[in-house]
Amino acid sequence: MTFNELEKMAVEVRKGVIEGTFNAKCGHPGGSLSASDIYTYLYFEEMNVDPKDPKNENRDRFVLSKGHTAPGYYSVLANRGFFPVEDLKTLRHTGSYLQGHPDMKHIPGVDMSSGSLGQGLSAAVGMALGAKLNKKDYRVYVLCGDGELEEGQIWEASMFAGHRKLDNLCVIVDNNGLQIDGSIDEVCSPNPIDKKFEAFNFHVIPVDGNSMEDLKRAFDEARATKGKPSLILAKTTKGKGVSYMENSVEWHGKAPNKEEYDIAMEDLRKAGEALCQK
Amino acid sequence: MSEVVKIATRDAYGKALVELGKLHDNLYVLDADLAAATKTVTFKKEFPERHIDCGIAENNMMGIAAGLSTCGIVPFASSFAMFAAGRSYEQVRNSIGYPQMNVKIGATHAGISVGEDGASHQCNEDIALMREIPGMVVINPSDGIEARAAVFAAYEHQGPVYLRFGRLAIPNFHDENYKFEIGKGEVLRDGKDLTIIATGLCVAETLKAYDMLKEKGVDARIINIHTIKPIDRELVVKAAKETGRIFTVEEHSVIGGLGSAVLEAISEECPVKVTRIGIQDVFGESGPALELIHKYGLDGEGICKTVLEKK
Repeated sequence: MTFNELEKMAVEVRKGVIEGTFNAKCGHPGGSLSASDIYTYLYFEEMNVDPKDPKNENRDRFVLSKGHTAPGYYSVLANRGFFPVEDLKTLRHTGSYLQGHPDMKHIPGVDMSSGSLGQGLSAAVGMALGAKLNKKDYRVYVLCGDGELEEGQIWEASMFAGHRKLDNLCVIVDNNGLQIDGSIDEVCSPNPIDKKFEAFNFHVIPVDGNSMEDLKRAFDEARATKGKPSLILAKTTKGKGVSYMENSVEWHGKAPNKEEYDIAMEDLRKAGEALCQK
Repeated sequence: MSEVVKIATRDAYGKALVELGKLHDNLYVLDADLAAATKTVTFKKEFPERHIDCGIAENNMMGIAAGLSTCGIVPFASSFAMFAAGRSYEQVRNSIGYPQMNVKIGATHAGISVGEDGASHQCNEDIALMREIPGMVVINPSDGIEARAAVFAAYEHQGPVYLRFGRLAIPNFHDENYKFEIGKGEVLRDGKDLTIIATGLCVAETLKAYDMLKEKGVDARIINIHTIKPIDRELVVKAAKETGRIFTVEEHSVIGGLGSAVLEAISEECPVKVTRIGIQDVFGESGPALELIHKYGLDGEGICKTVLEKK
């Protein structure tokens, strides 16, 4: 896909985030929107996946370690064809397969159940190790939040990944700088994130996580890196693409009401229109 | 009379893994720097390429096991019960239990028979923790032969299994032809006055109590429940109906373990009086294992005494 096509798709993914959380009357739009470009690049450009064969043993894997941003994850999976986009409206509803946090038993395309912060990275490390042991060449991608780095298990998993030189593992940190109780610097700063991962024997690639050009460069570099796992430190804007949600802690875990929904959809419609005129 | 063979169930675990490893290339063993103690070191020597030491990081080990299991690997994640079930409870619950991963947890050094290391390492709460996770099978073998059979059965079972092993060498009372089935209890002595249901190393002690009780004119039925979950409800309810009085014996807290599982089963179908012999809502302490087992009333003498007092 061209960068313009990817950017347009990211707008569609963001619309799904608003659609899902609006209909659920809850959920986590802020971190879903900050990561929408990452989701889009992964599922429409980077990863070897097939919606018609979601369990193919040679597929690339993705683990959403920051599982609460499932609205963005589900939206990209739906837009990629794993299930109908229309189903995003059932997010978090009783009886819907679109659980509040990723559920691999019931959602096509989900490779790991997650939601309890800190745990997804370990599972991804297990998958990457499994590829090495089984002599498979698939890659494993895992998205962590920057606040999530406060969990000790992240560093257990990182130490192991660096020690085992798992170069088929690519960790992306959605560095939007905000967590529920405030900015990551105020709450319990994980900074400097780059130096920490370097010390754990990762190849660190800092990028603008809301830029498709930057993401392409980063994922290409990660794929070419041998002998160590990669860490893409993706600087993003929380709530990206919806005017009143950008850089606002308030929208970490709150759904838009009807009026806010209309404004958000209008913001995204305009963004899509602008991209069409490029 | 032939000499009774004594072996710790953790030793049987290590040996069984080697046997199974020869049969199945997809069996891997994970440790958190305790291979020498969990006895998986025998597997490590035989199959170094299939032994993964995760370092002193049990939570990460459980997550790695979950990830490996999605690749067709059957991981046996090994540590002490305190860390496998205690520290890593939530990793087991969310990364293994919730997605029903095909992960086997080999938890050694369970209960007060850890001995001298004391309360910090004596996990008397693991059965309770693991039993409440939906879909988790919980097995507490009573001797080396049953432990070996349980490891084989766990490999064949699709889904998460928690295997509880001890540090202390205990007598093998099963014979080599013993047939083990997950979820099926075993009637060891058929009696009519009352039933003593035991698990783990307490089963052999309960057999000693049986002989002592017999001398006092008490005809006890003795049942071995190796699978705490799913419990053999039919066998337990039948014992309640036929003998009308039940004692449970376990090297575990009386809250949430075998005693609770038995109470849950019979109170819904045939409520009779139940006395739970076990760790009475206290922490353990340092001391030689056999002395502790005696002190906490879990040896044949202690079990016999409690039964006579309360029957």
